[in-house]
Amino acid sequence: MAGTVALKLTSGARRQTTEAIAEPRWVRWLLIGVTLGFLGLFLFVPLMVVFVEALSQGWRAYVYSLADADTQSAIRMTLTTAAFAVPINTLFGVLAAWAIAKFQFVGKSVLITLIDLPYSVSPVIAGMIFVMLFGRGGWFWPWLEAHDIRIVYAPAGIIIATLFVTFPFVARELIPLMQSQGTEEEEAARLLGASGLQTFWRITLPNIKWGLLYGVILCNARAMGEFGAVSVVVGNIASTNTMPLHVERLYKGGCDSELAAAFTVASLLAMLALVTLVLKSLLQWKTTESISPEELRYTGD
Amino acid sequence: MALKQRSVLPGFGLTMGCTLSYLSLLVLIPLASLFLKSASMSWTDFWATVTDPETLGAIKLSFGASLAAATINAIFGLIVAWTLVRYSFVGKKFIDAVVDLPFAMPTAVSGIALAQLYSTEGWIGRWLAPYGIEITYSRWGVMVALTFIGLPFVVRTLQPALEDLDIEVEEAAASLGATRWQTAWRVILPTILPALLTGFALAFARALGEYGSVIFLSNKWEKVIPMLIFTKLEQYEFADAAAIAVVTLVASFIVLLFINLTQWWSRRYAA
Amino acid sequence: MGIEARNITKTFGTFTALRDVSLSVATGELVALLGPSGSGKTTLLRIIAGLEEPDSGSGAILFHDEDVARRRVGSRQVGFVFQHYALFRHMTVFENVAFGLRVRPKAHRPGRNLIKYKVMRLLKLVQLENMAHRYPHQLSGGQRQRVALARALAIEPKVLLLDEPFGALDAKVRQELRQWLRRLHDEIHLTSVFVTHDQDEALELADRVLVMNEGRIEQIGTPDEVFHRPTTEFVVQFLGQVNFFHGRLEGGKVHFATLAMESPEHAGAPTQAARVFIRPHQLDIGVERSDQPALEAVVLRIHSAGPNVRLELQAKSGERLHAELTQDRYRKLGISTGSTVYVTPREVKVFAEKT
Repeated sequence: MAGTVALKLTSGARRQTTEAIAEPRWVRWLLIGVTLGFLGLFLFVPLMVVFVEALSQGWRAYVYSLADADTQSAIRMTLTTAAFAVPINTLFGVLAAWAIAKFQFVGKSVLITLIDLPYSVSPVIAGMIFVMLFGRGGWFWPWLEAHDIRIVYAPAGIIIATLFVTFPFVARELIPLMQSQGTEEEEAARLLGASGLQTFWRITLPNIKWGLLYGVILCNARAMGEFGAVSVVVGNIASTNTMPLHVERLYKGGCDSELAAAFTVASLLAMLALVTLVLKSLLQWKTTESISPEELRYTGD
Repeated sequence: MALKQRSVLPGFGLTMGCTLSYLSLLVLIPLASLFLKSASMSWTDFWATVTDPETLGAIKLSFGASLAAATINAIFGLIVAWTLVRYSFVGKKFIDAVVDLPFAMPTAVSGIALAQLYSTEGWIGRWLAPYGIEITYSRWGVMVALTFIGLPFVVRTLQPALEDLDIEVEEAAASLGATRWQTAWRVILPTILPALLTGFALAFARALGEYGSVIFLSNKWEKVIPMLIFTKLEQYEFADAAAIAVVTLVASFIVLLFINLTQWWSRRYAA
Repeated sequence: MGIEARNITKTFGTFTALRDVSLSVATGELVALLGPSGSGKTTLLRIIAGLEEPDSGSGAILFHDEDVARRRVGSRQVGFVFQHYALFRHMTVFENVAFGLRVRPKAHRPGRNLIKYKVMRLLKLVQLENMAHRYPHQLSGGQRQRVALARALAIEPKVLLLDEPFGALDAKVRQELRQWLRRLHDEIHLTSVFVTHDQDEALELADRVLVMNEGRIEQIGTPDEVFHRPTTEFVVQFLGQVNFFHGRLEGGKVHFATLAMESPEHAGAPTQAARVFIRPHQLDIGVERSDQPALEAVVLRIHSAGPNVRLELQAKSGERLHAELTQDRYRKLGISTGSTVYVTPREVKVFAEKT
């Protein structure tokens, strides 16, 4: 259940509440005050801390920690992981959504539940199942050892664990979207003589592109930011590090410069989070614009 | 009855085949192997592991802190969602977008930021320290971390429910003489209750499994379940880890079932 | 007076929904607010209910000679029936009807048994006593409508206001419920106002009809008056189909197409342009030229399925006309598409062109 709530498809237009059913002014101000206070304390202040701590030793130290070899290798590892996990899960998401949204078959809701499964598995357990399969003493260990293949404590393990935790993101966005769009347009294209692939590229894809992009962005954010599952798979091996793992190592290092370095790497990830939020909001406004109110009613669950 | 209805659209076999294979290889088989692993334990060993004082302590802390965090989120999430749906104020769109920050922020980053903030020298922690309240490295720290990561769930499940509320229904209550408070309590709350419960359950389930942010705010002696599993793995006690993991998974599935029930329940009045 | 609203103006931003509208409804009367969408009829109803506040400078709103303009909606004692019923979907029929009694301050709240008695009596009145424990989603549209009505009546309102009460129902249920509501009104004699855009509904149901357009009242009168003696062009055009001609007033006569007819009400008027309206049933159709002045026309289409036969005609002088005649008369004439007929207006409505 970690992760996300499906793309919000609600229109801003709503009937104005009238004086007759409005709360007294002081109640309104109180509630707005509580909202701002709560979100300020829990969201803004922590976000600010990251940047303030990152720069606590000055800009030179900031740049210096970014140029550090370990940091550089962590950044490379994180980018590599995302470069594998995001395209693979995007492809899977599109295939799964096509099968689920465009056809009627028995057991559909069970399949949707199974696709959602990784959301409800703790990241630690996600990492652990792969350690148990591929790690020392795991089922495949003798075979892997015989062929000199390393999965656990190695980049391959990081990628597999990341694939698991980011598994539902794209499919989860596309299934409701494609279900709401129905199959009429595709059927019309087929009747006009389009091949299956033509139908997909020219009809389906343009219809789902914003939802798809939205899913990809969320998938990417999680792929780059995953900590628990990756941490379990990598164990205590210092050589394979992703950015979140690197943050932890530096933070636990304890001295002031390491602390600042931890926040420096963290500030990069925080910026990634902010960019994700901006793109997400833009896409939400985009999809609300492009979807008619009629469709909104079906998808705004 | 045919398993699949005929369709003029192509690609069902291919897409379905890929989906099922990938799903099985990546998710189903690995998860099943976990259950097999714990099934290889004898019942007494399993029971001993699960009722071990260390495990029980972790279960207590995990459930207690998760419940507390989900409750805080239910209360404040309701206020935030109401404010965002019903009122207009400067910066509302911005605030609305920022609610998702805990989803987008890597948990390790949230963890160190909160740990720093609530430490005895931190911006918030230093004001609490003189009163003997320490948050970082205590169970309170666990609660703070779990509140942070669960924050968007209640807000995001309530927003659509509040937007769907029929203004006419509130006007009807007003015209029948109900005060605003009576309308809120007797008409609005019962209508959005399923969404509120769903949000609460989602936040709770997420908190139960959370690892990344908690480790920075917790201490060695007060571990949540995922931390305990991690420790067991480090010590190569795979069977113990599997047993605890199975208990956690079953707990999450129960929560999932509960969520589906509330969804079904919420549709019972739909026309 | 049951309801009196004086000089009500309401603007939403730059849009003026009501312009200085005054209305009075006699005690026990059933009045229809009739008009096209956007004419301000619902806004007027909501202002009377207290759901909307009129602009400052508007006059008083009185229920039974008592000023309620300063009172909030909850203390006005209006029964309001919403267009989409606005039933509380998580409450049973019984709980919906009881709501208004249960939310009263403790001092004024009836006891459990009294509430039960009152609710059951109302459910009997709206013929739903067997449905008390159902939820709104288990009821048909017409039944929901009656629950909404019972709920509104439960607070013993001084006035009953209904916003498009039959708007969301299908044609047959609409017709039945309309007659039922009229009977109910005759039974309880509650001062009532309902909003509708359906002229048949207004004319059939109301004691008096108030025709609204663009935030103003066009005409107030009994159904008979507004239908047979419309005072404005809008009312003529809004109440049923009508044929329109540009014409000229000259010496107490109106000239249009190839015809000239007496127009006694414009006897002393100067020569000026005029607008001429004739209802389809006011056109006499003949197959032979008579000594009466008549328009020569060709039959384009015949709609004979229905109680009356409707003809679409093309006049030789260029106008398209609609005429309506009885099935008997139609059979006697023996016309078909393409026939030439002679059209004689029995009655015309003439308005001098505004200058």
